[in-house]
Amino acid sequence: MSLLSLKSVRTDIGQYAVLHDVSFEVPEGGVFVLLGRNGAGKTTTLRSIMGLWTPSPGSITFRGQDITAMHTADIARLGIAYVPENMGIFGTLTVDENLVLATATGRIDPDRLKWVHGLFPALETFRDKQAWSLSGGQKQMLSVARAIIEPRDLILIDEPTKGLAPSIVDAMAEAFREIAETSTILLVEQNFGFAKKLGRDMAVIDDGRVVHAGSMAEFAADRALQDRLLSLSM
Amino acid sequence: MERTTGEIAVKLVVLGIGALLLFAPFLFQDVRSLEVAARICIFVVLVASYDLLIGYTGIVSFAHTMFFGFGAYGAAILLKAMGPGWTPVILGALAGVAVSLVFAVAIGLLSLRVKAIFFAMITLAAASVVLVLVSQLSQLTGGEDGITYRAPDVFKPATKILTDADGKVLRIFDVRINGKLAAYYFVFFTSLIMFLMLLRFVGSPLGTVLKAIRENEGRAEAIGYRVVAYRTFVFCLSAVFASLAGTVYAVWLKYTGPDTALSFAIMIDILLMVVIGGMGTMWGAVIGAVLMIMAQYYLRDLMGAASEALHGLPVLPELLAPDRWLFWLGIIFILLVYFFPKGIAGTAMAAGARR
Amino acid sequence: MDAISNTFERLGGVNLLPILLAAVAFVLIGAPSSWVTLTVAGLAMGMMVFLMASGLSLVFGLMDVLNFGHSAFVSFGAFVAATVLAGLSGWLASDSVALGSLALILAFTAAILFGLVAGWFFETVIIRPVYRDHLRQILITMGAMIVAEQTILAFWGGTPFSVPRPSFLEGAWIIGDVSIEIYRGFAFVLGLIVFVGLYFVLNRTRIGLLVRAGVEDREMVEALGFRIDRLFIGVFMLGSALAALGGAMWAGYETLITPALGAELMIIVFIVVIIGGLGSIEGTLLGALLVGLMSNYLGFLAPKMALASNMILMVAILLWRPNGLRPAVK
Repeated sequence: MSLLSLKSVRTDIGQYAVLHDVSFEVPEGGVFVLLGRNGAGKTTTLRSIMGLWTPSPGSITFRGQDITAMHTADIARLGIAYVPENMGIFGTLTVDENLVLATATGRIDPDRLKWVHGLFPALETFRDKQAWSLSGGQKQMLSVARAIIEPRDLILIDEPTKGLAPSIVDAMAEAFREIAETSTILLVEQNFGFAKKLGRDMAVIDDGRVVHAGSMAEFAADRALQDRLLSLSM
Repeated sequence: MERTTGEIAVKLVVLGIGALLLFAPFLFQDVRSLEVAARICIFVVLVASYDLLIGYTGIVSFAHTMFFGFGAYGAAILLKAMGPGWTPVILGALAGVAVSLVFAVAIGLLSLRVKAIFFAMITLAAASVVLVLVSQLSQLTGGEDGITYRAPDVFKPATKILTDADGKVLRIFDVRINGKLAAYYFVFFTSLIMFLMLLRFVGSPLGTVLKAIRENEGRAEAIGYRVVAYRTFVFCLSAVFASLAGTVYAVWLKYTGPDTALSFAIMIDILLMVVIGGMGTMWGAVIGAVLMIMAQYYLRDLMGAASEALHGLPVLPELLAPDRWLFWLGIIFILLVYFFPKGIAGTAMAAGARR
Repeated sequence: MDAISNTFERLGGVNLLPILLAAVAFVLIGAPSSWVTLTVAGLAMGMMVFLMASGLSLVFGLMDVLNFGHSAFVSFGAFVAATVLAGLSGWLASDSVALGSLALILAFTAAILFGLVAGWFFETVIIRPVYRDHLRQILITMGAMIVAEQTILAFWGGTPFSVPRPSFLEGAWIIGDVSIEIYRGFAFVLGLIVFVGLYFVLNRTRIGLLVRAGVEDREMVEALGFRIDRLFIGVFMLGSALAALGGAMWAGYETLITPALGAELMIIVFIVVIIGGLGSIEGTLLGALLVGLMSNYLGFLAPKMALASNMILMVAILLWRPNGLRPAVK
């Protein structure tokens, strides 16, 4: 059984349908990459999973449980974390306070914190700084760190490399690989080079529909398919 | 667009009200009824101009009475200073419009810089400051007591508009064709003209743009309408109409004071009328104004009687006292906003559409 | 120019404004004793207005809810406390500080409890159905304010209600030629205690962190697994209780209150919230102190300008900082 499955999801924002018919299955473990050009509906897909938009009709199930109409907070409690495109950092809170808020109990497991600090050393250096004063890359690290400060089964990450320097992108890729050993990552990405390195399975969304799904290795090898599906964005 | 039965019904009702108002002096031959009719005429314009703002752009302003007051005080101050005549009325109207425009533009420009939600707060603050200023500048405004003055001579009750063979004032159906009647028709026709202008405006392409903005601000912005510019323009336009309505009311009442032209109670009346009638319909303004003003004049008597009848019970007589009628209006208002946000006209029009 | 603004920021930035205002007023007023009296009065007023405004600011910041009925809590707080005090006037008249304090504590507690209950009722019945609909929110809360004001009129009547206060808070401290009304000192200290408490809760506790995070990004807090709507009821109730406490203190300050009190203070509260920056209690305090000082200084220097001065202050600050002095979101 797959970890997450979307069946014929349709999501309207206001009076406009953004997702028309989205179905795909995310298997447990590894990185699943969602590709597509701007405005194709990738972010809306993540937000629908997270319960920030409510799809109708269609269904989203997580570990066999229907989460379509559940409250965002309850979905999060099931073990799904979200790293939004704008990173969702609480700027007036310190780095540590941001991390504490991401725990269910208010206490951070010291071993877990050590691991997170190992992935993103900057977060240890600046732990008492207010988050708004961090650099863009550090904010992105904080946003990811918040998602993994407690063990989560599924982590939704929306375009983590946007606007980041190449060295930080490499560090990020390294971190994702390590995270994916214990959690499943559903990654939305425009940077195909980055996605190609990490992804095990993938799907392409266009105009609110899934137009291709399969393994990343096959997709990466098929230049013609890439050109046809991604030409608009790459 | 197909006309629905509901829409036709609403328009027929409004036409009927218009006819009643047109013949009001002949149909209801007492002083109080004529007061009520004139007040209805003016509030139709006032509420319709407010509807232009709230119903067609979705902005809530609490400064509408302020503009009404500018128009009223403009005419009142000049009529007092220059004596009765048309020059002070016209100059007063122009002065009221000018001051209103200055304020509307200033508030509009200020709100360009801040969040839209501040608009309601800023207008409320501005209106209350003006209210306090008016009561403090008593040399000019008469303070709390207001200003009493004479209207142009043609509106004096003693003026004979038409005379019969004996040189006495002519009577038609037992109604004296005198200055009072002329004053009423001055109110009626100026109000009618202004209402028709507003109606014409919302029917124009510009009105369609406004509706687009109300439906979806982000989208309207994306299509390329400069939302803020339109908003400020509509805010100014509604201010001008409110100001003119104020001038007409000042001429009719021959008295202008905080209670008749500027108080927050009037602002609440306008809000109630536009919500009861139905926001964004224009026709609703007429229905709301008629219902509210009738209630103001006649429902209070009824409440007084009910309060008497319940004498001896705790609190209830207090709540039913005529002075407490705002309490009930407030409750009705809340319920309406919950259950019939479109108001009477909007709900009726939609009901017909479903058939 | 840059050098000036850098120095300004280093010295405390916008936090300096009340001090600057006080310094300018000192020069204009000339007489140090009057200046001290006015400054204390301004600070006391500022603290009471802060109590009334803080809830409104947080409620808006957290849930994007603009409550035009907020002033009803202020009025009710004032009248509930005044009624309790009037009922216990025997205790107040006695020279016993203990009895007087007890009466005062009971009155304030009654106001706070009323605020909590009324806040809960208001949030669940009036506001919940119109979350995220500003137009209907403004209309409905305005309607609720009318109903509340009329209810006060029905229960307490329209005539001014005289508020007794404990004898130990009557009178003034005289230091040299400076006289400071005791009640003003009391109001300032109590307000300061509440502010410090609130500041502590918001900065040092988990609930407080959640509130601050929620003000910044509501969706993200929910995506971390917290129900903002449940948190919001708590904040709303607390805000209402603070407003009621502010009203209760105001009643003792004015000693003669009318049902219009809430509506009159509402304008000041709005101005404070706007200039302070929505969603931050530090900003609200700053705005409240500025408005309090400004009203008192100008009430002395140019009485007719007093109310308009707040408006001018608001316009000036908005032109300088469109989001207010210390907005919650950076």
